[in-house]
Amino acid sequence: MKTMSPRRTHRLTDHVLATFVWLTALSVAGFFCWLLVDMVSQGFDRLSWDFLTSEPERSGRRGGIAPMLVSTVAVLIITFVVAIPLGVATAIWLSEFTRTQSRPAVAIRFSLDVLAGVPSIVYGLFGSAFFCVWLGMGYSLLAGGLTLACMVLPILIRTTEAGLAAVPADWRQGASALGLTRWAALRFLLLPAAAPAITAGLLLGIGRALAETAVLLFTSGYVDRMPASWLDSGRVLAVHIFDLSMNVTGGDKAAYGTALVLLVLLLLLNGLAMALTDRWLARRIVQA
Amino acid sequence: MNTSHPTDLAYRVSEPQLQSACCQPQAHLTISQLSVRYGQKVVLSNVSLAIQRGCITALIGPSGCGKTSFLSSLNRLVGMVPGCSVTGSIVLDTDEILAANTDVLMLRRRIGMIFQRPNPFPLSIRRNLDMPLQEHGFKDKADRERRIEQALRDVGLWDEVSDRLDAPALGLSGGQQQRLCIARALVLEPEILLMDEPCSALDPISSGVVEDLIMRLGGRYTVIIVTHNLAQARRIANYTAFFWMQNHVGQLIEFGACQQLFEAPAQALTAAYINGIRG
Amino acid sequence: MSPSRAEAWLSRSLAWVAGSAVALLALIFLFLITESLPALVDGHWLRFFNSSGWFPSAGEFNLWPMLLATVLATLGALVLAVPMGLASAFFVSFCAPPRLADMYQRLLMLLAGIPSVVYGLWGLTVLVPMIAEVAPPGASLLSAILILAIMILPTVALTSDAALRAVPVSYWRGGQALGLSSQTILLKIALPAARTGIFTGILLATTRALGETMAVLMVAGNVVQVPGSLLDSVRVLTANIALEMAYATDAHKASLYVSSLLLTLVVVMIVALGRRLEARS
Repeated sequence: MKTMSPRRTHRLTDHVLATFVWLTALSVAGFFCWLLVDMVSQGFDRLSWDFLTSEPERSGRRGGIAPMLVSTVAVLIITFVVAIPLGVATAIWLSEFTRTQSRPAVAIRFSLDVLAGVPSIVYGLFGSAFFCVWLGMGYSLLAGGLTLACMVLPILIRTTEAGLAAVPADWRQGASALGLTRWAALRFLLLPAAAPAITAGLLLGIGRALAETAVLLFTSGYVDRMPASWLDSGRVLAVHIFDLSMNVTGGDKAAYGTALVLLVLLLLLNGLAMALTDRWLARRIVQA
Repeated sequence: MNTSHPTDLAYRVSEPQLQSACCQPQAHLTISQLSVRYGQKVVLSNVSLAIQRGCITALIGPSGCGKTSFLSSLNRLVGMVPGCSVTGSIVLDTDEILAANTDVLMLRRRIGMIFQRPNPFPLSIRRNLDMPLQEHGFKDKADRERRIEQALRDVGLWDEVSDRLDAPALGLSGGQQQRLCIARALVLEPEILLMDEPCSALDPISSGVVEDLIMRLGGRYTVIIVTHNLAQARRIANYTAFFWMQNHVGQLIEFGACQQLFEAPAQALTAAYINGIRG
Repeated sequence: MSPSRAEAWLSRSLAWVAGSAVALLALIFLFLITESLPALVDGHWLRFFNSSGWFPSAGEFNLWPMLLATVLATLGALVLAVPMGLASAFFVSFCAPPRLADMYQRLLMLLAGIPSVVYGLWGLTVLVPMIAEVAPPGASLLSAILILAIMILPTVALTSDAALRAVPVSYWRGGQALGLSSQTILLKIALPAARTGIFTGILLATTRALGETMAVLMVAGNVVQVPGSLLDSVRVLTANIALEMAYATDAHKASLYVSSLLLTLVVVMIVALGRRLEARS
């Protein structure tokens, strides 16, 4: 990708445009530093092993966030255990088993694009009515995870499909000519080649899942004690941050501390996703 | 032996073999009334010929008259194109290839294909050959290793790559990649090899090496090769089929023993093409 | 099972799984429509736009102030984020030395990944008090616009960057061969060539801004009123749904669903628009 950029041979020398560009870059970078400094200065002294392992006290002004961490991880596990197989399977079907212009494929792609753009609050309402009420799960981690899976699916499907489509047609032809099954071609050639795209989709999905507040408020609930089972209600980190900042006076510091934990979790999960796709998929092929 | 044009004297690896028809012609593939259509557009119409066992058959003719479609019908790869329909009959020994219940994966073990642009997989050299073997059910590792070595020796790559079998296949030169693709087809021990202009994307020296290889393969395998290079066809083929476009549809104009087609073609069109007047 | 039969089985199972994606969308729409139906058939649909205000207990459900707030917040965010996003893309590709450009791009990816609730937290604790010092109450349309702009800028920047990189190198070389300056090539050749990709990115950012709930809820003040100025508190449609759904019943609830339906329809239109543009290119 980098080789295509003409950045070294073309420099913007027009003063007005260049000035605007530099100013923008400086503001963005400056904002980021501002945000980081605020977050660390307000929340860092809250961080401690106790914070991560104890229950909240006094509505979260004191104590820790252990139940929230557990709830968050539990919801994420459900989300991805459901979304990854479904997402990759759908992407494979779209890419390998249908013609691009066929009616079902066009309908599915359009649906996916709309689903990806639907406001998260709508997912919250839907998840609440469908999983919590109609399927009887009540306010639960399970309902929250399944609703998030619905939200993350379109992203995963689109990026995986794009990755599969970018694979050279030569490889598919060669595999067919050798009498290899589609499954063999997928396992050894296509999915490994699409690994970077799958990773990108996973990263986007993780980011979205961790950020969702309204959705989980409506499906997993608000309760701040340690969940006892998958069907128990629980409060995820994002909801905790929301509650602390909006409803609890004096909860700001705890909110910032929680936000820092959330960001670290985000970075860890991103690293995990990248490492796993690399190990299981990308390593299978060698491009010279 | 007729003298070739001065231009193809530039490089020869060995003496050209006798391009005569095989001693005991035996039909391996019998094609009858084959027509290929993409949607509404007919690209090939009513082709009938018999491919002889162990011989090299060249398909010549200008671009666009259906040679590649013909070739791709033989291993049913043409079905990968959306909207394609093939009618007629292709009989391999006694099996009808175009039948609906044909095991296509097994068919492609018996009929291998080499493409114009070398397309090795983005795997190591060893894996390029090993993976198809594994997928087709060869479980014994020693057996697979033996077959891999044999195939690489057959294409003349063994000496060049035996010390780096785990290196990426994409790191080989163009000519080596094409020979690897041929080895990959050979490792499955096919009966028939389909080649779609296998030398056209290679430089002259690599091209000569691959051409020599093809000539060595004749006899052991039945080879059908599409080529734009008339001199090449003359050098290596036992039989030649000449295709041409008539009424915007590809047709088979003439088919016969190579020597006879080039020296005394039955059709005026053939004569004109070979002598460079048309096409 | 023979390989060919296994293939067929694979194809069929995958088709079923894929079909569930369409089924999901259909289900969501069905759900929204069924829940909105009571409100839609109860009276004329225009009452959603010309009642006296949003007074659920009195049965008045005027969506207009909130719809306006949503549209203004989104447009305002776009007005800020699109030029700055494009400028960021230019920065990465043409202005910055390579190492700086790399760092800036990583920064953008990091910013794109920060959860919206964290932006909301920062907005609530830092931005709103800042605005309040100049003009109380602080929680206003302006803070909503600023927060939204920060959230969608990375999206616009990253998609524009990708679109510019996808412009074939031959276009650049061709321009150079004609003796054109870098600015000219960028603005007159590369940018038009990349415009579909850039526009798709902008549409993506728009759907994100329209659908954002929490961050806006935290900083916009949540008063249902037609904003007279940037500094007035507003309530956007998404925030409204989040705030009131928990205790809404009957007609009130159905009206909230009507607003969800409205939002979803807008998203459908935007996606359809995006597809049209892509098909044309």
